[in-house]
Amino acid sequence: MITFEAVTKSYGERRVAGPISLSIPKGQFVALLGGSGCGKTTSLKMINGLVTPDSGTVTVDGRAVGAEPLAILRRRIGYVFQEVGLFPHMTVAGNLAVGPRLASWPEPRTEARIAELLSLIALPPDVGGRLPAALSGGQRQRVGLARALAAGPAVMLMDEPFGALDPVLRDALGQDYRKLHDRLGLTTVMVTHDVMEALLLADRIVVLDAGLILADGPPGELLADHPDPVVRALMETPRRQARRLEALVAEAGHG
Amino acid sequence: MDDRVAAAWALLPGYLSQHVLLSLCALGLGLAISLPLGFAASRSAAVRWPSLFVASLIQTIPSLALLAMFYPLLLALSALSKAWFGHGFAALGFAPSLIALTLYSMLPILRNAVTGIRGVDPAAVEAADGMGMTSRQRLLWVELPLAAPVIMAGVRTAAVWTIGAATLSTPVGQTSLGNYIFSGLQTENWVYVIFGCVASAVLALGADQLLGLIESGLSARRPWRIWVGSIGLVAGIAAALSPLMATSAVAAYKVGAKNFSEQYILAELMASRLRATGAVVSMKEDLGSATAYRAVASGEVDVYIDYSGTLWANVLGHKDNPGRAAVLAALGRELKVRDGVTVLGAVGFENAYALAMLADRARALGLGSVADLAARAPTLKLGSDLEFLSRPEWAAIRDAYGLSFARQTSYQPTFMYRALADGEADVISAFSSDGRIAANKLVILTDPKGALPPYDAVILLSPRAAKDGRLRKALTPLIGAISVSAMQAANYSVDRDVHKLGPAEAARDLAKAAGLGVP
Repeated sequence: MITFEAVTKSYGERRVAGPISLSIPKGQFVALLGGSGCGKTTSLKMINGLVTPDSGTVTVDGRAVGAEPLAILRRRIGYVFQEVGLFPHMTVAGNLAVGPRLASWPEPRTEARIAELLSLIALPPDVGGRLPAALSGGQRQRVGLARALAAGPAVMLMDEPFGALDPVLRDALGQDYRKLHDRLGLTTVMVTHDVMEALLLADRIVVLDAGLILADGPPGELLADHPDPVVRALMETPRRQARRLEALVAEAGHG
Repeated sequence: MDDRVAAAWALLPGYLSQHVLLSLCALGLGLAISLPLGFAASRSAAVRWPSLFVASLIQTIPSLALLAMFYPLLLALSALSKAWFGHGFAALGFAPSLIALTLYSMLPILRNAVTGIRGVDPAAVEAADGMGMTSRQRLLWVELPLAAPVIMAGVRTAAVWTIGAATLSTPVGQTSLGNYIFSGLQTENWVYVIFGCVASAVLALGADQLLGLIESGLSARRPWRIWVGSIGLVAGIAAALSPLMATSAVAAYKVGAKNFSEQYILAELMASRLRATGAVVSMKEDLGSATAYRAVASGEVDVYIDYSGTLWANVLGHKDNPGRAAVLAALGRELKVRDGVTVLGAVGFENAYALAMLADRARALGLGSVADLAARAPTLKLGSDLEFLSRPEWAAIRDAYGLSFARQTSYQPTFMYRALADGEADVISAFSSDGRIAANKLVILTDPKGALPPYDAVILLSPRAAKDGRLRKALTPLIGAISVSAMQAANYSVDRDVHKLGPAEAARDLAKAAGLGVP
């Protein structure tokens, strides 16, 4: 359970978020959707305290962010971002072991967990001994995801997690993650600027513009005629693409 | 030639071990201060700017000046600690050198630590924060390993600087490879000068290469390079320091010497007589004029030779000249009362400051005395040693005769004589016991007004040494034993260009010429 209560954030004169009020129940997959500078990343980072709000309160599991040391809070929250940030001096296994080590797991449990994670992201066990520089972009992104899941967090924060991948990989990894989300009963907040990705993966889409919530609802509700013109325009593109695709598929079927 | 190389080799273990010990301690201390400071500075701008500013500022101070600066400072501290806790400490030698070199080593380490840590990929830092690492864990697990090659490059620079600058610790009384350079420069023993330069360069390059191996091992993640470099460093340091283990006997007596040939010879003469009593003797050579007196007053040096005029004018601040005997008598009283320093006695010769010219040139210009010189001075160039122009003797003779030269230039004494021979200088500040006066056909201009005080060479004893019967017995025979011609001959045997003798050999000859037996 994550809540935002009248949260604001400005950088100098520029208001980047708020006031935002939002409540995300346990187990939900929420996409924060919007163009660059809409405040979606800032809002996401307020959940694990990488950004501190100017006013208002963010809570995770009923406790205000900042009430306990941030490092302790962050160990319970998985964090994945576009640049991945794998530690280049550690092997893949070393990277995967960081979360468990921070949580003081015993060594055998960590070892077992690394093997489990590698199979979870469909990488052969010998990849564990490689340095990140020896991996492909897709593999790196998967390792980043596995690293965030390593210590068994209940909440996952993802900032354009599949942004650097080619469309095929991106779709596949997205679908794989959605299955993991359901299987592990995670609460996921994902930042994306890709409407299609948000529509296909999320249970709920929050559209942000200039730091304010424009729309908040399940994908179907947003796709139906929305009163806000910006939201309507945003949803029009995938709808049009879907219609054209349907037409193309029909043509091919007749041909 | 071969003799001098052999003599230089023989001194190497002692000089090298001291040099390595000093450099190692300075670098270790520099690391211990700069690394934590660098980490703090990489986190906080409020620490970063002041610390980098101060470290850069220290770097702008010439290294010799930085080394010299800490002696009076430590001396004052030592006096304070003696007053408060009853214990002083050695203000000469290791301590001031260590502090100065430590400060000197800080900038490259500090700057590279800050640059390295702040240069770590922001994505890795964000991941570290996002995963819940504390600031300390982020530093140890992520930032330090990633910044290690850059930090190591800074350590490398610091090591080369420290090893190079450590040669300058000789004038503050710390033995180092600089002993070759400073004493070689004074006695025109170029073999020593080059030997010292090559030795310190080889040491610096060796350390640089081994640290470079570690650095490349860190950046390419090749553990074997790190191991080879580390083992090489440890082995080299152990080998260099081994003479220290062998000769850990505490020196019973410390003999001081200022930075010119006569002082080296007399110090060797006194040391050999003290050694003949079975005592262990160590030398503190190349001390500055004022440094040497303070060292004997504080007991860091047991004995050295100074000159009555210098003590009269510079140490006691007298402006008058009551005559040779009166000055000697007054010195004995006043130094004892003021600093507890004992004048054991005058050794017999005077080494007076005097103005000298090439004899031919003085004759051609019709100059015989400083009074004659005054009229011609505005068209002539004065060459002096490094301290003459700032000494009261110069003020006294200048004011007494109204001297005003066309140009005044300071030289190392060795180069001052060259300048006179080359016509770069017409008149020089010479010392009356200098062997080069006779050898170079110079004439000393007389001082009819008695503006320059007398300069009897006197043996000064520290408060501790004054009570030491063995030391007094060994040195008392020197009183009145050395004539100015004997001293000139000894000085010339060291200063001349060919068939040069080392100070120890010259001291042996001088003892023979003065009829001094074994004590």
